[in-house]
Amino acid sequence: MLIHIIVNGEKQKFHCSPDDMLLDVLRDAGYKSVKCGCDTTNCGLCTVWFEGKPVLSCSLPAARANNKHVTTLEGVREEAKVFGSLLVDEGADQCGFCSPGLIMNVIAMKKELGQATEGDIKHYLAGNLCRCTGYMSQLRAVKKYMGVEE
Amino acid sequence: MRYVSRPVRKVDGMALVTGKPLYTNDLAPKECLIVLALRSPHAYARIKEIDVTKAKAVKGVECVLTYKDTPGVRYTNAGQTYPEFSPYDRLILDEYVRYVGDEVAIVAATHEKAALQALKMIKVEYEILKPVLDYKKAIDNEVIVHDYEDYFHHFDFLGIDPKRNIVVDGEETFGDLAAEFKNSDIIIEREYENQAQEQCMMETFRTYTYLDHNDRLVVVTSTQVPFHVRRTMARALKIPQSKIRVIKPRIGGGFGAKQTVVSEYYPALVTLKTGKPAKMIYTRKETFSCSNSRHQMNIKVKLGADLEGHIKVIELTTLSNQGAYGEHGPTTIGLSGHKSIPLYNQAKAYRFKYTGVYTNTMPAAAFRGYGATQGQFALESAVNELALELKMDPTKLREINMCRFGQLMKAYYNEPLTSSALDRCIVRGKEMINWNKKYPRVEISPTKVRAVGMAISMQGSGISNVDTAGAEIKLNDDGFYTLKIGATDMGTGCDTTMTQIAAETLLAEMDQFIIAGVDTDISPFDPGSYASSTTYVTGMAVYNAAYDLKNKIIFEGAKMIDKEKYEDSIESFNPKKFHFDGNHVIEIVTGEKVAISDIAIHIAGSSTGTYLNGIGFYSSPTSPPPLMAGFVEIELDKETGKYEVLDYVGVVDCGTIINTNLVRVQTEGGIGQGIGLAMYEDVIYNDKGRMLTNSFMQYKIPNRLDVGKIRVDFESSYEPSGPYGAKSIGEIVVNTPAPAIADALRNACGIHMRSLPMTPEKVLMAIMEK
Amino acid sequence: MFTAKEYVMPQTLDEAYKLLMARKNNYILGGCAWLRMGKRRINTAIDLSEAGLDFINETEDSIEIGAMTSYRTVETSEVLKVHFNGVLCDCIANIIGTQFRNTVTVGGSIYARFGFSDFLTPLLALDTYVVLYKEGVIPLSDFMYQPYKKDILAKIIIKKDSRHLSYQMLRNSHADFPIVNVAVSKSGSDYRVCIGARPAKAVTAPKTSEFLSHTNFENIESVTKKAGEIMAEEVKFMTNTKASAKYRQTIARTLLKRAVMEVGIC
Repeated sequence: MLIHIIVNGEKQKFHCSPDDMLLDVLRDAGYKSVKCGCDTTNCGLCTVWFEGKPVLSCSLPAARANNKHVTTLEGVREEAKVFGSLLVDEGADQCGFCSPGLIMNVIAMKKELGQATEGDIKHYLAGNLCRCTGYMSQLRAVKKYMGVEE
Repeated sequence: MRYVSRPVRKVDGMALVTGKPLYTNDLAPKECLIVLALRSPHAYARIKEIDVTKAKAVKGVECVLTYKDTPGVRYTNAGQTYPEFSPYDRLILDEYVRYVGDEVAIVAATHEKAALQALKMIKVEYEILKPVLDYKKAIDNEVIVHDYEDYFHHFDFLGIDPKRNIVVDGEETFGDLAAEFKNSDIIIEREYENQAQEQCMMETFRTYTYLDHNDRLVVVTSTQVPFHVRRTMARALKIPQSKIRVIKPRIGGGFGAKQTVVSEYYPALVTLKTGKPAKMIYTRKETFSCSNSRHQMNIKVKLGADLEGHIKVIELTTLSNQGAYGEHGPTTIGLSGHKSIPLYNQAKAYRFKYTGVYTNTMPAAAFRGYGATQGQFALESAVNELALELKMDPTKLREINMCRFGQLMKAYYNEPLTSSALDRCIVRGKEMINWNKKYPRVEISPTKVRAVGMAISMQGSGISNVDTAGAEIKLNDDGFYTLKIGATDMGTGCDTTMTQIAAETLLAEMDQFIIAGVDTDISPFDPGSYASSTTYVTGMAVYNAAYDLKNKIIFEGAKMIDKEKYEDSIESFNPKKFHFDGNHVIEIVTGEKVAISDIAIHIAGSSTGTYLNGIGFYSSPTSPPPLMAGFVEIELDKETGKYEVLDYVGVVDCGTIINTNLVRVQTEGGIGQGIGLAMYEDVIYNDKGRMLTNSFMQYKIPNRLDVGKIRVDFESSYEPSGPYGAKSIGEIVVNTPAPAIADALRNACGIHMRSLPMTPEKVLMAIMEK
Repeated sequence: MFTAKEYVMPQTLDEAYKLLMARKNNYILGGCAWLRMGKRRINTAIDLSEAGLDFINETEDSIEIGAMTSYRTVETSEVLKVHFNGVLCDCIANIIGTQFRNTVTVGGSIYARFGFSDFLTPLLALDTYVVLYKEGVIPLSDFMYQPYKKDILAKIIIKKDSRHLSYQMLRNSHADFPIVNVAVSKSGSDYRVCIGARPAKAVTAPKTSEFLSHTNFENIESVTKKAGEIMAEEVKFMTNTKASAKYRQTIARTLLKRAVMEVGIC
C-alpha cells in the first residue's frame, strides 16, 4: 500500500505492506539511526517520536503513521549534538547502540517535563535499556542537560 | 601527563550520538540475500531425512543448504589463539543436532518473507534421541553428546574425554592439605551454584558477506575476534585464509559473546554458493537461545582457618556445564580456581579440581569474568561465612589474608604480584559506604532491615605468553599519524585509549591521529578484545610502536639537520643528542631544529626520504591482576524476601588509569551486570531442553530503576610492565556484586544464599527455614 | 510477526464493527505490542485510531476511558489522579517505560485479559463496566471470565462511588511481570478484594471480601491474618518460571494485609 509519512518535517511516500512496522519502513528508507534491539518491546532502542510523543517504532504499524508526523534522530541533529556532547563528555557513549533511542527519549522528556528531579528522569527513561554503562554516566549527562543540581 | 589519565572524549563519540550509520546492518548493501536458519526443536536428534525441494521452489529463494552441502571439516567456534585449547567438535551444519536451536538448514532469499516461507517448507524427519539435560548427571551418562571418530583436540593434558561427556578435567595441588585441615580450628565446607548468564549486548549477532572483484570472500561482522574468525572460517569453509577478508565496523557491544564465531559461516556459505552478497541478522530470541552464555557452575569450597582468622588451606572443586559444544570449555573453568584462590595466597595449601561436562543445552562460552566470576562467588562467599563464624568483620578477615604486593602467587601460575593497591581499595570503599556505622545491619522497622556486605576480586591482564599484539603507526606526509591496531573496539573505547597512549608517547595531539578500522587485510595481528588484554597487551604494543616511530623521526630529523654528521645507520645513531617535543626535532648542542611537518613532507616527497612506520609488538610473560573491592548496602523486606540495592561502591586498582571517564563507565557498567547476575538474571529450560527465557520479556537485565546508586573510585598502583603503569579493567568489574550482595543478606538476617540468582522467593524461603 | 492483507482506519464504531464482522480473520488493532510477537494471520487489520476512542471523560457519576487511550494518558490523567487515591495512575506508571505506555492502549490490554495485568486487578476492585459495541454494557467481573466473542471494546466505565483503593504488587525487578498482585477497595465498611497475576488472571475473592466487610477491626493483626487464611483457601495460585504457587500465596497474604491497612487509614 502507498502511505505518506511526514518524516522529520518532510512528507514522503512509502510503499509498504499492511503488516509492516514503522521501524522496518524507516530503516529501509535510510533512517539507520533507528535500531532494533529485541523482539518484545522491552529495550527502547527503536524509540522515535510519533506526533511528538516518544513511542516504540517496532510496535507501531507503518500505516498508522499515514499523514502523521514521525521524528527520528536524523531530524533533531542539532539538539542531539547538544545532549550527545554531554554524553560524550562522560564517556557514556559506549557501544552507542542504545544511544539514538535514549537521546530521542531524553529530548522528548525535556520537552514534556521541562523541570525534573532525578527520580522523574529515571522513571521517564526506564524503558531505555543499556548493557554497557550501568546507567550512571547517562544520568550525569541527563542531569546536566536538564539543569538538575548534583 | 597530556592524555594518559585524562577524561578524553571517545574519538567516535559524536558520530555514535548523532546516529551515524556505522554498524553492520547499517552498512549491508540493499541487495543482500536474507539468510535465515531452520533450527532444531529437539535437544538431541539425528536428521534422518531432510527434503528441501518445496523450500527451494518458493519465489525469491536463491539457495537452501543442509549438512549435505557443507564441508565436513570439524573446527572450534572459540575465538582463541591457535592452536586452540577448545576441541574441534563443530560442523557448519551437522547430521546431528545437539541442543534446541542448533542449526538444521540455511535458507537465503531476496526478501525476508520468502525466507520465512521457505523455512516452513523444509521437511525434516528426526530420529529423536534421549538428551542429557542435567549437568550433574552428565559424566558417564549413557547419552553421549559427541560420539564420533573425528573429534579432535590439540592438547593431551586437558583431560578431554568426549565418550564420558568430559570437555576438560584436571587437578592441581600445592602443600599438605591433610595436615593443614588437621591444624585448622574452623572448617567451612560449602556448595555454591550460579546460573548461566546471558551477555545481552544491545546489538545481536550479525554478519554480511560478499565477493570482491577478485572473488575474495569479504566478511563484515560484529565480532571481537576478526583474525580468529578468518582462520576458523578458512578451515570450516575449506578455503585459504588469503581468500578471506574480515572487517569489523562499529559494534553494539560484545562482553565476550562475540569472542566466538556465531553468525559468520552461514551468509559466507550462501555468498560462496550464489556469488551474491548475503546477510544474517540474529533475532534477540536467537541471540538468547542459539549462541552462547556464561557457564553454569557448581563449586564446592572447603576452607580451613585458625581462630585468629588465618586461612590455612583452600580446596575448590568446580563442575562446569559446557552445553552442547566445547568452545571455551577447557579454558574458562581454570579461572574459577586460578583467579580466586590467589586472593588468599597466604594459605599454605590448596587443591583445585575441575571438570567440565557436555550437555544438550546451549553452549557456554565467554562472558566477562570468564570463570573468575563464578569462582569468586563461591570463594568470597565461603570466606564471608568464615567471617560470620569467627564473628569477625569481613574486611578485617581480608586484611589478615589477602595477597599483597610483592608476593609470588603460587595458585596464579606462579606469577608475582607486581602491583597492588587492594588494601587501599578496601579502606576507601569502607569510607565511601560508611561501613563502620552500617556493619552489619540497621533495623529500620520490625520487618525492614538495612545491611552491608563486601567482597574482593582479581582478574588478569591478557593471557600470559599467549596473547600477542601488533601495532603500527605511520607518519603521513602532512604531519599526521595513522594508528593501526588489531584490537577491536566494541564500544569500550580502545580506539581512543590506544590513541591516547600513542599521542602521549609521540607528544602529539589526539586529533593528529587517524585510527584505522580493523581489517584483517591491513591491521596488525591481534587476538582481539578479550581476556582484558587490550589496554595492557595492545597498549604496550602501541607504546612500543610509538617509541619506535619517535626514534625514527628523530633519526630522519637529524639527517635533515646535518646529513654528514648523522649518516650512520639507525642502530648506531644516538638519539640522546636530540630533543623531540612532538613538533620539532632539536639538536641539543646547536639548537638547530626541524619541524615534524617538514620531516613528513621530506620523507614522502624527496628521493632521500623514506617510509616512516613505527612498529610495535608485545606479548607478556605475566598477566598482572587488577584488583577490586566491592561494597553494597541493601534494604530487605523480611516479610516478602524482596530487597533493593540502595548503594553500591566499587573501588578498583587497574594500575595507571589511561582514560578516567572510560574506566569509570566500565566499572559502573560491570557492576550493573553483576547486580543482574546476583539478583534476577536466569537461564531456564523446560524439561525437554527448550529455553524459556529467550527474550527481554522473560530474561530481565537491570533497568535504570533497578541499579540504585552506583559509585566508583580508583586506587592506583603502578604496574611496571604495563603501558604507563596500566593494568586491565574490562572484566574484573562484574565479579564483586554477587558475593557482596550475598554477604549483605547474610549480615541482614543470618541467611546464607548459596545459589544464584538470589530471588526474593529464595530469600524468603531461607528466612523461613532459619 | 503477524501478517495482514489489508489495513483500514474506520471513522466510526459502526464502520469498524461492520468491517470486523465481514470476515473471520478481520481483527481490531490495539497497541500492537503483543500482536507483533505472535503469528496471527489477519485479513483486514482494523485500526481504531480515527474512531474517536482516545479520551478520559468525567461525568457526574462515572469516569469513562476510551479504548484507544494510551496507558501514558491514563498515568498522567488529572482526572484519575484525584479519584480512588490515584491508584489507577500509579498501578501502571512503572510498566516497562514511557514509550511503551505511549504505545499500548486500554482497549487492547483489557480485551486481552492478561493474567499479569497491573491494570485489571484494581479495576476489578472498583465498580467497573466494559462497553462492547454489540453486547453493550457488562460488568468487568463478567467480562473477565466470559468466553471470547468477536466484538469491539469501545470504552470502560468506572462508577464514582468514592471507594478507597489500594494496589500492592511484588516483582523481581522493576520491568518484570508482577509475581502476584492484590487490590483492595473499601466503601464505608464494604470491602472488595481482588487477586491477580496468580499467574492466572485477576479474580474477586468473595469470601475474603465478605469477611472484611463484616468484621470488627479491633485487632488488625488477627483480622488481616484471618483474611489471608480465607483468601488462601478460595484463591488458586500456580507455579511458573517466575515463582512457585506457595510463594505467590505467601506474598499474596502479606500484600493483602498491607492493602487492607492502607485503605483502612484513608
